[in-house]
Amino acid sequence: MTATEIYDKLKNEFANDIISLTEEANVDPFILVNSSRITEICLYLRDEADMNFDYLVNLSGVDYKTNFTVVYHLYSLKLKHRIVLKVELSPEKPSVTTVEKVWKTANWHEREAYDMFGIVFEGHPFMVRILCPYDWEGFPLRKDYKEPEFYRGIKVAY
Amino acid sequence: MGLLNRLDDPIQGDGIILGTVEDLLNWGRSKSDWYLQFGLACCAIEFMAVNAAHFDMMRFGAIPRTSPRQADFIIISGTVTLKMADRIKTLYEQMSEPRYVMSMGSCSNSGGPYWEHGYHVLKGVDRIIPVDVYVPGCPPRPEAFFDGLVKLQKMISTQAIFRKREKMSKEELEALELRNKKIKEYNERVKKELEEFGTQPNDRYSGYSLDFIKKEEK
Repeated sequence: MTATEIYDKLKNEFANDIISLTEEANVDPFILVNSSRITEICLYLRDEADMNFDYLVNLSGVDYKTNFTVVYHLYSLKLKHRIVLKVELSPEKPSVTTVEKVWKTANWHEREAYDMFGIVFEGHPFMVRILCPYDWEGFPLRKDYKEPEFYRGIKVAY
Repeated sequence: MGLLNRLDDPIQGDGIILGTVEDLLNWGRSKSDWYLQFGLACCAIEFMAVNAAHFDMMRFGAIPRTSPRQADFIIISGTVTLKMADRIKTLYEQMSEPRYVMSMGSCSNSGGPYWEHGYHVLKGVDRIIPVDVYVPGCPPRPEAFFDGLVKLQKMISTQAIFRKREKMSKEELEALELRNKKIKEYNERVKKELEEFGTQPNDRYSGYSLDFIKKEEK
């Protein structure tokens, strides 16, 4: 299926929660969706026979300063087509429901997005940091991040 | 080191070696320096080449040990993240004295490519443990590594165990002073940290308690 076909099918099913489709040269076509229904949309994409997105390639966070974005790269190993979903979250308190129950892969990816951007995935079974130490302060990949002067008595700066 | 040379000595030869106990001990120590089998980042890949058949580290008498309690020296081969720093300190503290540290590659020498923007990288392992030999390179060639290893062996073999300071050469004395100074600094730092954190080192370094994770979840 092409991106347009997938978009139309989603639009029929979820109406206003599917916001827009962007197709540009050299960029994977992506669909912007409403963050409150992301789990249902993902479940639909996985289980519908002619979609069959059985593989979550990547889940990542982005800090655009005006908002936080979570990007879902999906691929169907059986039908060999792909699509990208995006949800936009508020810059003050970014949070979205988890897709861990749809694809188990999302478990660590969501923990990483939380670790780096502070995006909280509601309903995740173990929402703690994955790369940084548990007592780390701040979220390193945020644009307004300031690196700490000391960590446990060790000077951080060169 | 002079011990073996005396075998060829025409005067002291004939199957009898005259030497000091210190020479004998140091000769044994420097020729069987066991290291902790431990790697951190891409330098560890180069370190594997050092261990493998082509470069064959074992010809120097260095055997990998999987426990820090049996190791004479530790090779910090790679980027030391702040998360890893505590673990390295634990490993170092578990080693029995005399213990030596070899810093391999730019990252563990000074932070390497992460020196400016690496918020998570320790800028030089000598900020947490005293280092005896620095091997530069990114990563160092095995030859460079062996140069460092030979320097370490030389250092061990000239170390004073029983000798009086007056009988040392100027270079030996300087090396001894420097090493003592580093170890003293390390001990002071550990003492200060203990006072600050108020816990036993092993509790602090052995990981994180589940209580903390529970707190984070809320």
